[in-house]
Amino acid sequence: MPLKILAIDDSRTMRGMLSEALTEAGFETYLAEDGEDGLQKLEEVQPDLVITDINMPRLDGFGFIDAVRADRRHRGLPILVLTTESAQELKDRARRAGASGWIVKPFHETKLVSAIRRVAAKEV
Amino acid sequence: MAGRDSLRDTFFQECEDLLEVMWDGFTRMEGAPDDPETINAVFRAVHSIKGGAGAFGFQPLVRFSHALEDVLDDLRNGKLADLTGLMPLLFRAGDRLMDLVEAERSGSAFDDTASEHRALLAELAAARGAQPPSATPDPAEDDDGGFVPMALDLMPLGAIGAEDPQDRAPWRLRFTPERNLYTSGNDPIALMRALRELGELRVEVNLANLPDWDGAQWDGAYLSWTLTLDGTAARDDIAEIFEFVSEDARLEFLDDPAPPRIAAAPEARQSIRVDLERVDRLINLVGELVISEAMLSQSLTQSGAGQHPAVVTSLGQLKQLSTELQERIMAIRAQSIKPLFQRMSRIVREAAGASGCEVRLVTEGETTEVDKTVVERLADPLTHMLRNAVDHGIETPEVRVAAGKARQGTVLLSAAHRSGQVIIEIVDDGAGIDTERVLAKAIERGLVPPDTEMSEQDIFALLFEPGFSTAEKISDLSGRGVGMDVVRSEIRALGGRVTLASVRGRGTTATISLPLTLAVVEGMLVEVAGETLVVPSTALRETMRASDAAIHRMGAGGPVLSMRGELIPLVDLGATLGYRARSDDMSGRSLLLVESSGNRRAALSVDGILGQREVVIKGLSENYGHVPGIAAATILGDGSIALIVDVDQVARAEVGSPMADPLPPLMSAAGAR
Repeated sequence: MPLKILAIDDSRTMRGMLSEALTEAGFETYLAEDGEDGLQKLEEVQPDLVITDINMPRLDGFGFIDAVRADRRHRGLPILVLTTESAQELKDRARRAGASGWIVKPFHETKLVSAIRRVAAKEV
Repeated sequence: MAGRDSLRDTFFQECEDLLEVMWDGFTRMEGAPDDPETINAVFRAVHSIKGGAGAFGFQPLVRFSHALEDVLDDLRNGKLADLTGLMPLLFRAGDRLMDLVEAERSGSAFDDTASEHRALLAELAAARGAQPPSATPDPAEDDDGGFVPMALDLMPLGAIGAEDPQDRAPWRLRFTPERNLYTSGNDPIALMRALRELGELRVEVNLANLPDWDGAQWDGAYLSWTLTLDGTAARDDIAEIFEFVSEDARLEFLDDPAPPRIAAAPEARQSIRVDLERVDRLINLVGELVISEAMLSQSLTQSGAGQHPAVVTSLGQLKQLSTELQERIMAIRAQSIKPLFQRMSRIVREAAGASGCEVRLVTEGETTEVDKTVVERLADPLTHMLRNAVDHGIETPEVRVAAGKARQGTVLLSAAHRSGQVIIEIVDDGAGIDTERVLAKAIERGLVPPDTEMSEQDIFALLFEPGFSTAEKISDLSGRGVGMDVVRSEIRALGGRVTLASVRGRGTTATISLPLTLAVVEGMLVEVAGETLVVPSTALRETMRASDAAIHRMGAGGPVLSMRGELIPLVDLGATLGYRARSDDMSGRSLLLVESSGNRRAALSVDGILGQREVVIKGLSENYGHVPGIAAATILGDGSIALIVDVDQVARAEVGSPMADPLPPLMSAAGAR
């Protein structure tokens, strides 16, 4: 069974790119538009892994991670954050927030898959 | 790829929506400048445009949206306060953003290098540079201690060893996760699976630390693993797999399969000592490489070959590689400022003990990395400034309590990287600078004529004058004949500046800004009398057109610029450097408002602003000795020479008259290859 991935980004373009790259790589892909939407889809889809943007309206990526980690059932859910800058500051903040890892935009498909492989609970 | 094309359409459709969000936001910001959610929404819109543009490789759009995003980010974080004043600039930037999106959509070339466009970029940058000094905490606080001076990681050397990879012994790694690894959604199994992609992997689990059932914590991390992997894998690739968990686990390379000539060392992290001269030679060479790359790019564009897609791609890669190479080599010289900060706590303790104050030193941003030479040469000025803060700033406990303050004073020492500079701040919550006393002292010492009226800024500037000492009596610690003028010249020698801000009764903030490296400087390229000059960004505050500025002539004293209630001397850069006779005709000129060390301001008039750029510093003193008004030189992309202006000297020059020695003829005739 392919890995189920939930990708959260408020940009339509970025959702399109993630969807294309993830589907191409053989993942079952679900999309959400912001953190709130992401929390709802999380319950519906029960994904194996989440990729989330940081800057989003309503609930941002850090808020999303906080909410997920506060829920015992999702404590071990792998979450990768998307950042535009490779800035150490963002990585550190993501790590402190409880993210499992990060993907630097613009991403290359092989980098995306490599990051997923390093945190996915199933064989990729 | 069909999907790519339809994504491209999606991007431009989304841009339309995002631009609309931005305009809506701008309009609302005009009406209600204090609504944070509006600024946030505009920030996100511009951020999304940047993200999409990056994915499609629309570089001019990325660069511009990035510059605008930075200003918006400062606004939403409260680093920039004057929203109303910035609105005209934001509207113009919004227009430009639309033009750029339209240019990409229609596939028509946008001239990213047009001076007018670069001036707008520079304006956006200058808007941020004009922010008032404030203590910005560095969020990257966790640190693993200082590191060995000039230690070079052997890692890449091992990875690029020329010997046949088949001959290498397998890698043996020990991997010991900590508890946090598991709570962040990471899992050793996933890491081992990823490792297996690199070659044949053997996994042994080490159970030695596993406690009895009764003694075990449910969330404890007790296991470690010994992993054996084919020697064909590159060490970098192995390390990358563990990148996400580097803070939450220990990874040891047990017996490095190093090239046979070098004996394998037991440590996981190897280092070698390298002569500083060799590193500096490398830095110089990389600087030349960056210049050659810029020259190549420019001649390809001029010959028309620069439009060819294959050329664009290769050039892009070359640029990326040379930039990364430059950053990596610069990083060799970078050192954490932590050891220096640690020494300072002792200085503060001693000073407090001697002056009878109670003082707490708080440090922030200790992990900030700064050039090795800068770290070394900063020790003396910092020592002096901290002693000053304790000695002249912090009051005795009795005085503080009477003033309703906490008994214990606080001195904050912080370092941070901000817009390509290192900013070091010393903030005390003491008595502040007594401007009347400073002025009285200056009059007493004959530094200024009696009955002089001076602005606060000018009075602060007096503190940096040679021989000035404000201590009523020479105390044990400060006033050893070393004044703030020495501090200033030390900082200047490092290419930086120091300024003071103070509020009576509330405290004083001393801000030191330093360039990130001593080899490269970011500067504004300007045109003066047909020559191209570079004004370092560290000193630059604002730019404006002369026609928009209020310029007054003050009798024999020369023209001044009146701005926000302040009179700022106007310096004709062309005349001061001896390129031409002084002219009062300001038509078509631009003004650069600069702030030099010791809060001294000046407005430099130039013929035009060409744009902002990083340039490699080439010293002049070896060949020409000290040239007044000139700090160094650089070579531009077209191979021509540009001189880098010494803002401190130029700003101090007698207004309107050429500097003491005119430039040597060869310098005036720059442009030779």
